[in-house]
Amino acid sequence: MCTLELKNLRKAYGNIEVIKGIDLTINDREFVVFVGPSGCGKSTLLRMIAGLEEITGGDLLIDGVRVNDVPPDKRGLAMVFQSYALYPHMTVADNMAFALRLAGVPKAERDARVQVAAKTLQLDALLDRKPANLSGGQRQRVAIGRAIVRQPKAFLFDEPLSNLDAALRVQTRIEIAKLHNDLQSTMIYVTHDQIEAMTLADRIVVFNAGHIEQVGTPLELYHNPANLFVAGFIGSPKMNLIGAEVESSNGQSSTLRLEGGSPFTVPTALGQGEKVTVGIRPEHIAVTDQGTISGRVEVIEHLGNETIAYASIGGAEPLTVKLPSASTVQLGETLHFAPRGHAALFNQAGQAIALPRG
Amino acid sequence: MTKPTTTPTHRKKLMRTWPLLTPTVGLLLLWAFVPLAMTLWFSFQRYNLLDPTITGFAGWSNYKFLLESPAFLISIFNELVLVGAVLIITLVLGVAFAVLFDQEFIGRSIARLLVIAPFFVMPTVAALIWKNLLMDPVNGVFAYLARLLGFTPVDWFTHYPMAGVVMIVAWEWVPFATLILLTAMQSLDRQQVEAAKMDGARGPQILRYVILPHLSRPLTIVMMMETIYLLAVFAEIFVTTSGGPGNATTTLTYLIYLRALVSFNVGGASAGGVLAVILANIVALFLIRTVARNVDL
Ligand SMILES: Nc1ncnc2c1ncn2[C@@H]1O[C@H](COP(=O)(O)OP(=O)(O)O)[C@@H](O)[C@H]1O
Ligand SMILES: [Mg+2]
Repeated sequence: MCTLELKNLRKAYGNIEVIKGIDLTINDREFVVFVGPSGCGKSTLLRMIAGLEEITGGDLLIDGVRVNDVPPDKRGLAMVFQSYALYPHMTVADNMAFALRLAGVPKAERDARVQVAAKTLQLDALLDRKPANLSGGQRQRVAIGRAIVRQPKAFLFDEPLSNLDAALRVQTRIEIAKLHNDLQSTMIYVTHDQIEAMTLADRIVVFNAGHIEQVGTPLELYHNPANLFVAGFIGSPKMNLIGAEVESSNGQSSTLRLEGGSPFTVPTALGQGEKVTVGIRPEHIAVTDQGTISGRVEVIEHLGNETIAYASIGGAEPLTVKLPSASTVQLGETLHFAPRGHAALFNQAGQAIALPRG
Repeated sequence: MTKPTTTPTHRKKLMRTWPLLTPTVGLLLLWAFVPLAMTLWFSFQRYNLLDPTITGFAGWSNYKFLLESPAFLISIFNELVLVGAVLIITLVLGVAFAVLFDQEFIGRSIARLLVIAPFFVMPTVAALIWKNLLMDPVNGVFAYLARLLGFTPVDWFTHYPMAGVVMIVAWEWVPFATLILLTAMQSLDRQQVEAAKMDGARGPQILRYVILPHLSRPLTIVMMMETIYLLAVFAEIFVTTSGGPGNATTTLTYLIYLRALVSFNVGGASAGGVLAVILANIVALFLIRTVARNVDL
């Protein structure tokens, strides 16, 4: 049982504000991912929740109780650190039992709880080892085990996978998802990697420069980004964001002229001459002879399961297009592109303009 | 394709190393062994600077005389008290300062400089400052403070001579311990401390379970280095108490000095020197064994 409420939470170092008023409610058993570029304040916010960083302003409530001034161990939260932060001179078992030992839990119960956690994480064979004699992935599991043993109200993860190699990262990601399923506890997970966010989260919170850009399920963010920042951040390869100007509008739809000269129609009324940004995901572009956007293919990336083509359409940025791997596109070829539904439109302030879905 | 070439036989063939090593090793051997050999030789000789007529092989009599003199056992005891007390004080204060000066606070760099500063004061000067400016029962700062608070000033070098010497030597060596341990503190993973906080550890427990284990290696190194230097402490005793009152602050080092340059008994002093080397080796062996256990993480 754990709900967390963040009410206008602020953090300043001297007079530099790094967390600029966060309002957020995290529900019981929810897996929430904080995602954003490096330096946007995700770790700081997580550490404020953990109690490792003093809260400059606002309220933090755990299960309805204000905990701004409650020391970290009394908040009932467990944290998995980026560097794992295992105690190097203690064995795996002692590492995992440390919190219980400090809390005065009898040895028999301590051992039992460590055994259970070790079994869940397949650490049984490693209990007598020191952290120095473990691989990166094993240390990671010990760090998670140390958190589990405490039976916390909520788990906090700060970029737990960033020190692992690519293969192990995918595997551990799956294990964390499974763990959330098994334990059914609240988890907050910080990452700068939008793929981790998309795959793990019940709900994603997108941060930028100390404030929240958007909160939503992975698919909400993918299909309806609230602004340019989220549009550019979520999705891989990145959404194409093309500057455009409104040429004409007839009350039902408008014709835009994209940067580089191609015409583009959107199903909404806009003011003539208005400057907007069109967002089209690479996977929502079709190559057809009827396409109004024409571009010359400059780079082709064969990924095996798909092919990414970068085509120059006259603007500053090339148009990224995701093609099936069977595609026979040639370098230097001129193609015609058309959107397949799902185009997004942003006004000059970068906010999304609602479009009727067809 | 070249194969990795790290087999010992191959390495031997790469280059003859002894011509390069000989000068250094030879010089070191000369440096260490000539004085040691001379000391050993003199320790079995009748040799008194005041009376050139006393000569010849002395057998074990120099040793016998030394071992039977009450001053000898007392001097060894004093030596161990001095080294032990200074070690304890410097290690405890060293850890305290290292932890303290690792925190962020205003004026930290100045405070760090000040705590390191005594290291640069030479032993004779340090001893004179302490003896005359601080610990003097009439004019000293301590006496002034004691009177201010209504106590009788302590005449350190009369009533607590060893404590007085220990204070001075500890003051000289705290900076060394602090410096090494502070450097070590800076390599402590902050997240470990935070993890311990999340696990419910408070100050003393963080010290006990995170900081001290992290410092165990530098601590043993400080201990070993200090022991080597502390066994040879001389100037502080010479300047303050001259080994007295009575034998109260005569360490083995100081006893050797007394025999050689006060009694001019080179034979006896050399015997003391040999015993000092043996004592130092026993202490070193003892330390290395504890250290070896400690360093194996
Ligand atoms: N102790 C500190 N003093 C001053 N600024 C800090 C401190 N810790 C973090 N910051 C600043 O706060 C911002 C957010 O940092 P952080 O939360 O670590 O970012 P993220 O985890 O999103 O990469 C950064 O710009 C960083 O420079
Ligand atoms: Mg971070």
